[in-house]
Amino acid sequence: MSVYVDEKTKVIVQGITGHQGSFHTGEMLSFGTKVVAGVSPGKAGTKFMDKVPVVGSVRDTLEYEPDATMISVAAPFVKDAAFEAIDAGIKFVYILTEHVPFHDSLEIVHNAKRKGITVIGPNGPGITAVGKCKIGIMPNKIFKKGNVGITSRSGTLTYEIVDAVTKSGRGESTVIGLGGDPVVGLNYIDVLKQYEKDPDTEQIVLVGEIGGSNEELAAQYIKKHVSKKVVAYITGRSAPPGKRMGHAGAIIEKGVGTAESKIKAFNEAGVKVAEYPTDVPSLLE
Amino acid sequence: MGKQIFRTHGIPVPASYLVEKPGDVKKYEIPVVVKSQILLGGRGKSGGIKFAKSQSELDAAVKELLGAKIRGLTVTKVLVEEMIHIKKEMYVSIALDRTVKEPVLIATSQGGVEIESVPHDQLYTRHIDPMLGYSDFIGREAAAFMKLEPDIAKQFLSLLRTLYHIWTSEDCELVEINPLVITEEGKLIAADSKVIVDGDSTYRHKEFEVVDPEKTPLEVEAQSKGYAFIELDGNIGVIANGAGLTMATLDALTLHHGKPRNFLDLGGTDNSEIVLKAFELVMKAQPKAILVNIFGGVTKCDTVATGIAMAKENLHIKLPMVVRLSGVRDEEGRKILKDHDVESFPTMMEAIEKVVKLAGGN
Repeated sequence: MSVYVDEKTKVIVQGITGHQGSFHTGEMLSFGTKVVAGVSPGKAGTKFMDKVPVVGSVRDTLEYEPDATMISVAAPFVKDAAFEAIDAGIKFVYILTEHVPFHDSLEIVHNAKRKGITVIGPNGPGITAVGKCKIGIMPNKIFKKGNVGITSRSGTLTYEIVDAVTKSGRGESTVIGLGGDPVVGLNYIDVLKQYEKDPDTEQIVLVGEIGGSNEELAAQYIKKHVSKKVVAYITGRSAPPGKRMGHAGAIIEKGVGTAESKIKAFNEAGVKVAEYPTDVPSLLE
Repeated sequence: MGKQIFRTHGIPVPASYLVEKPGDVKKYEIPVVVKSQILLGGRGKSGGIKFAKSQSELDAAVKELLGAKIRGLTVTKVLVEEMIHIKKEMYVSIALDRTVKEPVLIATSQGGVEIESVPHDQLYTRHIDPMLGYSDFIGREAAAFMKLEPDIAKQFLSLLRTLYHIWTSEDCELVEINPLVITEEGKLIAADSKVIVDGDSTYRHKEFEVVDPEKTPLEVEAQSKGYAFIELDGNIGVIANGAGLTMATLDALTLHHGKPRNFLDLGGTDNSEIVLKAFELVMKAQPKAILVNIFGGVTKCDTVATGIAMAKENLHIKLPMVVRLSGVRDEEGRKILKDHDVESFPTMMEAIEKVVKLAGGN
């Protein structure tokens, strides 16, 4: 088992013919992801890499029975793309795009919730169930199948930690990027619930950063409800207050969202926090 | 900017006009408040606000403030504003609660002070379901909580309706009125306001000039070139890819008693020119050494290495430079760097220890 996606997941790509969309769809296919169709209104009727049918709307992909969609369109068009997927009843929506206005994200997230649809992102690197399915832009070669679930708000930092876990001789179950925006579909607690139920995941790495208080809430949740081993890494200890550190969501506002507060919350919940990203494996079993 | 948006949408604000030279002063209803237009909080305490009860006092105040220096900034514009007769000061705001993923309305009849200093039991705090939006029942609840007189309550409901409309239609993170004044004449007026607009929404709000008074000139330049860049007060220039990894690089440097000069996230790129331009920015910050930390994925290590070699040559960089390359095409990248006499390491920690030594820290 894995969480949210597995070897049976049929994926469509909204924005399959774009610069980013086409490159990463190619990588997903070579990873083994079942990409069943792509959406690109201007290029309907063509085939991507001679095999994946390109159609003009999400509704037109329904004959391929998709379970999930990856949205890789420019920020001004994300709300429309996500609404289209939600309207068509696609059960899992992953949004890669950065710089989506958060008012659009609010509408996407609340509409999805009302329809029982899972949204992850915007501004995330994707989800990878190792050996089964990859949606997104994570590099294919850093993974090895194992029992560590990893979840994070960032991209490259996640790869750094995945790479360290792999090089330590361990491996990963499902790696989930939640996205670096202030408003995203899933937070740590949603993902922790899934990892707790997943027989393939035996230990969990939570990668957090400054901004908001989702790490603190996750720490409280872990203390009460998570029986599996959890370790953490928090970045942004040296960030000045009031500055957005690259991610729209990575900002200390009115004293809320500091690394100290998050590290303290994890310490109080008995979750060990690594000093450097490369120290994470040494805290694992 | 707050008042401009409020006026556009019809929230009552004090009447005012801008003055850039003494001749601009109009015969105006006296008394007035003269406010220097600088992007600083606390300008009242710094002598940037004057009151005028007669035309001669007004002329004198304008003359005194124009060209004056307030905390290092020269005043080039002053605002002449109608003096309002305050009976009561209140507070109202709508902000994003990112944890709940809903806007939250906060209102209190205890305004005119920092909202953080108002006791919790005096605050009306209510989340608004963004799909239902604001509706008058919410305003009635708030007005009852604040014990507003019926005539004021009526104005308050109309104001809240508009305030929520501004919050959504102008893509705001925060709309705040403090103080929200009840005048002696029984009118509700937004005497002072603060509006923060989501920076990612500017493409659909070209009518407003985006000013971030907190940004340094170099940060403004970086933003216009598309880089996430922040100046810090150390001496090691930093270029990394990905916001999380860049933050982690600064943290690791700091834990090793190194002092970062800046945050610069290259983002995902397969273009060496973008690396070169990043170096131009970092060089302008005059660091003592430069650290590049790349975990290759979308951003390939050999592309970055080529950019570094270009920067070294074109910008005549003589500073100590340490590069960490790992991930996609790292071997190729390291070879390019070796050919250009740039030192590189496969791990972040080796590179950090080295650059701290070279920058003269620890």
